[in-house]
Amino acid sequence: MAHQPGVAVMEAGALEFRAAEVEDTDERRESRETVGTPFADDPRMTCRDVNVYYGDNHAIKNVSLDIGREQVLAMIGPSGCGKSTFLRALNRMNDTIDGCRMTGEIRLDGQDIYAKDMDVVPLRALVGMVFQKPNPFPKSIFDNIAYGVRIHGLAESKSEIEGIVEHSLKRAGLWEEVNDRLDQPGTGLSGGQQQRLCIARTIAVSPEVILMDEPCSALDPIATAKVEDLINELGQDYTIAIVTHSMQQAARVSQRTAYFHLGDLLEVGPTDQIFTNPIHPLTEDYITGRFG
Amino acid sequence: MGSPSLILALLGLSSVSYYLGWRRSISLAQGAVRNLHSLPGYHGLYTALWAAVPALLLLCIGVTLKGPIVTSIVVSDLPAEVQSLPPERLNLVINDIRNLASGNIASRKSPAMVAAADRYVRLQGYAAIAVTVAVLVLGVFCGAIAWRTIQPGKRARNAVERTILGFLMASSTIAILTTVGIVLSVLFESLRFFQAVPVTDFIFGTEWSPQMAIRADQVGASGAFGAIPLFAGTLLISFIAMVVAVPVGLMSAIYLAEYARPRVRAVVKPLLEVLAGIPTVVYGFFAALTVAPFMRGMGESLGLDVASESAMAAGLVMGVMIIPFVSSLSDDVINAVPQAMRDGAYALGSTRSETIKKVVIPAALPGIVGGVLLAVSRAIGETMIVVMAAGLAANLTANPLKAVTTVTVQIVTLLTGDQEFDSPKTLAAFALGLVLFVVTLGLNVIALQVVRKYREQYE
Repeated sequence: MAHQPGVAVMEAGALEFRAAEVEDTDERRESRETVGTPFADDPRMTCRDVNVYYGDNHAIKNVSLDIGREQVLAMIGPSGCGKSTFLRALNRMNDTIDGCRMTGEIRLDGQDIYAKDMDVVPLRALVGMVFQKPNPFPKSIFDNIAYGVRIHGLAESKSEIEGIVEHSLKRAGLWEEVNDRLDQPGTGLSGGQQQRLCIARTIAVSPEVILMDEPCSALDPIATAKVEDLINELGQDYTIAIVTHSMQQAARVSQRTAYFHLGDLLEVGPTDQIFTNPIHPLTEDYITGRFG
Repeated sequence: MGSPSLILALLGLSSVSYYLGWRRSISLAQGAVRNLHSLPGYHGLYTALWAAVPALLLLCIGVTLKGPIVTSIVVSDLPAEVQSLPPERLNLVINDIRNLASGNIASRKSPAMVAAADRYVRLQGYAAIAVTVAVLVLGVFCGAIAWRTIQPGKRARNAVERTILGFLMASSTIAILTTVGIVLSVLFESLRFFQAVPVTDFIFGTEWSPQMAIRADQVGASGAFGAIPLFAGTLLISFIAMVVAVPVGLMSAIYLAEYARPRVRAVVKPLLEVLAGIPTVVYGFFAALTVAPFMRGMGESLGLDVASESAMAAGLVMGVMIIPFVSSLSDDVINAVPQAMRDGAYALGSTRSETIKKVVIPAALPGIVGGVLLAVSRAIGETMIVVMAAGLAANLTANPLKAVTTVTVQIVTLLTGDQEFDSPKTLAAFALGLVLFVVTLGLNVIALQVVRKYREQYE
């Protein structure tokens, strides 16, 4: 189950009070202002007035949001609401898409990641990403993990690489299953194992933040449970932002939850509060299954 | 009625049958097509096929048998002394009769033969009418029976689809049979060659000089059929070509697939493919008249002895010709590597070139290897460039500046001009062709194996 909410839990009582006070009027329903607690006391990443455009399509509208240190932030919302786009803005993966433009400011530990002199290569090593569909490289299990270590020169010797590979696989809970066949192709593993291999690959370059874009949507329930356990465990040491379509999953793995709606960030708050007592009427509609 | 107009008539007949079958099925459906097992179009096709196919088969048989039957009747009416002639002489007489019949000049003319020719013309006419009538009657008869058998529950679709399957199978069989026929013909001619020249001499001999004495007392014309210099030359030129084509082709493919902006790609890719559209004969004279003298001049200024027809010139030009093969095929495979693979690499902080070198190219390797091997078989089989630029001297050398000759060049020289078709000299061409075929086949088998091996590893 979810960990105890950290910083934000103190404000939850006050918000409940506010929610009770304000009537569900059309005016509130129409509002696209972010409500709740988008800011954290000790953020790892801060986003201010972020706008993302695909050509003429305004995909993310004025989003301001903090990602707390060593916390799991879940992003939920109906399809096409921009949560994946926002996630990809956090490690500049949108740069690889033609016609994608971004304004606003995103900082990692106080450093502007969209600054002119920012090199995306070390940035992406610091902000790793796990994708919707497992995408292991067409290499052996060992080389899949050693790849990032080698390109960033993180190990001096072969034995050091072996150590990192073993450690990453253990962290990802995959070591017991694959330690006797590290030279086999990574693509030969099952879907859930491939996804944990991708997580191990990300951990191997010692990132500070891990972004996950619906990491379980291509997995069966058993593999999903394993990956969720892993996210819970990693949340103790890493800052994680996860996009998910499953509200149960958001509830199980995250401490804070952000609700996106058609490019707007409508509500952010402690996960418990979002799922029990949402402030924005649209959040409530989504959570109670009235649409989405 | 001649065969073309008869075929047209059959087409008309089958169109009418289609319409009639379609009409009958509609009227049997009583207003609801749902009541039919097959759609009205299938009933129409069923009738049309029955009207056309048996009749066409009969037409084929009739046309083939018509000639021999008419000839044998004419011969049986000839005077006994002509009939008792030996077969070759009899054939000459028949030819004369045919010539007379078609109004050409015949070598001999006698009243008996003129009468025979008249008879021949008449019989031909009868036969044509008989075939026409038989074909049309059969078409109408079969079409009518098919039309009669149309019932709402008739499985016309299944029958039509089975027939179409038959046509498809027949078409692919034609391609396969043609290949088998070519291989067998090459094989048998090669066997005749190997009766004159031992196989070991051919495969392991290091001297090639395909001159045979026509008369026993002829001087300086003892043939030597050692194929090694030819294969060495072929391999040398192909190797040079691949050294040019593989790096250039692969790198341009990487540029086009990974770096080039869409607008640049839209211009450069077709331009590169224009190279593949240049006729090889143009490459040939470019190699012989431009590149070879240039190489020679370069060699002289460097103090090297370059032959005016060098393996280097032919190989370089052939390499340029093959570039679009390698680049176009590799470009397709590189584009087929899923974007997810690249995203994964970028998300780990790879640069673009690391992503290409360590993720995209390994993922695309099976396809690239397949493309390269295809290019190799193309290089080995290439003829025109080497005929014009590589020369005829069968030197056994690894020096690319010397003149060499290739298997294809020798096949061309052996078979051009006036030739006796039973001398070892000519038959050697078939043996060379056979070995070329075996080598290319082996290469393709290896290519498939390589591709399959990588597939197993990466999918």
